[in-house]
Amino acid sequence: MLKIKILLKNIEGVLTDIKKTVEITPQNEVKLVVDKQDLKLAISLLKDHTALKFNLITDIIGVDRINQEGYEKRFDVIYILTSTSLQTHMKIVVSVDIDEDIPSITDLFIGADWLEREVWDMFGIPFDAHPDLRRLLTDYGFEGHPLRKDFPVYGYSEVRYDEEVGKVIYEPVKLQQDYRQFNSLSPWEGLNSQPQQDQAQAVAMPGDEKANV
Amino acid sequence: MVQKIAENLTQDEILLDYSHDLKKQGFVLANIDTVIKAFRAGSIWPMTFGLACCAFEMMQAYNARYDLDRMGIVPRGSPRQSDAMIVAGTLTNKMAPAFRKVYDQMPEPRYVVSMGSCANGGGYYHYSYSVVRGCDRIVPVDIYVPGCPPTAEALVYALLQLRRKIAREATLFR
Repeated sequence: MLKIKILLKNIEGVLTDIKKTVEITPQNEVKLVVDKQDLKLAISLLKDHTALKFNLITDIIGVDRINQEGYEKRFDVIYILTSTSLQTHMKIVVSVDIDEDIPSITDLFIGADWLEREVWDMFGIPFDAHPDLRRLLTDYGFEGHPLRKDFPVYGYSEVRYDEEVGKVIYEPVKLQQDYRQFNSLSPWEGLNSQPQQDQAQAVAMPGDEKANV
Repeated sequence: MVQKIAENLTQDEILLDYSHDLKKQGFVLANIDTVIKAFRAGSIWPMTFGLACCAFEMMQAYNARYDLDRMGIVPRGSPRQSDAMIVAGTLTNKMAPAFRKVYDQMPEPRYVVSMGSCANGGGYYHYSYSVVRGCDRIVPVDIYVPGCPPTAEALVYALLQLRRKIAREATLFR
């Protein structure tokens, strides 16, 4: 705990000129929130300063904050940096809105290339000055960004082999059975564990009629 | 020969007659279909097409305990040298054209074993935006193996069923 507090102080000392909030998370890690325009300066300082040397990008994560209270902008982008000399992590949180781009850090960390491509693929956050911003994981010619919360889980197109055309073709999704939401309603405990004012309002489950036979 | 056909003998009787003569000279006479059936059913060489965790159970089936090699079932790395394909795992949309291409490269007669829930019908990922809802949307499937993943025994059983199927239907010309 003492070590992390010293680290926090060091980070605050290094980033004096930058508008920021630094805190220690419940997981005992340093979390730094900066604005988009200060991101590259902050990361390069954290990387190059001799007292810190956060010289490894571990991951870049996107979070969709749609319909969540307390968030001004739609997405959070979280950078996880590792310092191999201090043997510790920290995370940097940047908020961006939809269709708003964010500076690429590929000139600082070459390893951020594919991580940024993945965030672009899954969330549609464009990275400014990225050398090769293509999709990483989804299908060739895929439309939409699947980890956005407003993306339907079954997508827009599905594939099948067409005997006449002689190749695999794409078609609009036609589900044989509708997608159902299975909440926490379990026949064993889900219903009874939920508070119910009135017995008449209780949800009937298949097989309930046999209970009183 | 002409003389014997004229006597209204059945094909088997004619063959039996000839085989008695040929036996003395060191030949064996057999029905070509039966020979082909035995050859095809006795050495199924499946293409390894491990796509996900089902591939581990497929590896177990090939390894020492169940040892498919002793049944003449030898994994091949090339579709051009294989008779069957074991689709072991989740088939994604991105993989589907490549999967069909591999199937098209296999020589006739070719068989497909769909292994696991994902390959059978999408399974856990049935409602996913990126997974094919069953590999029978892409290729014709002969044997479905249920399970998530199926055990190695289940795969061995499926391949024995495939062997029975081949032995029942295989002919020189289809």
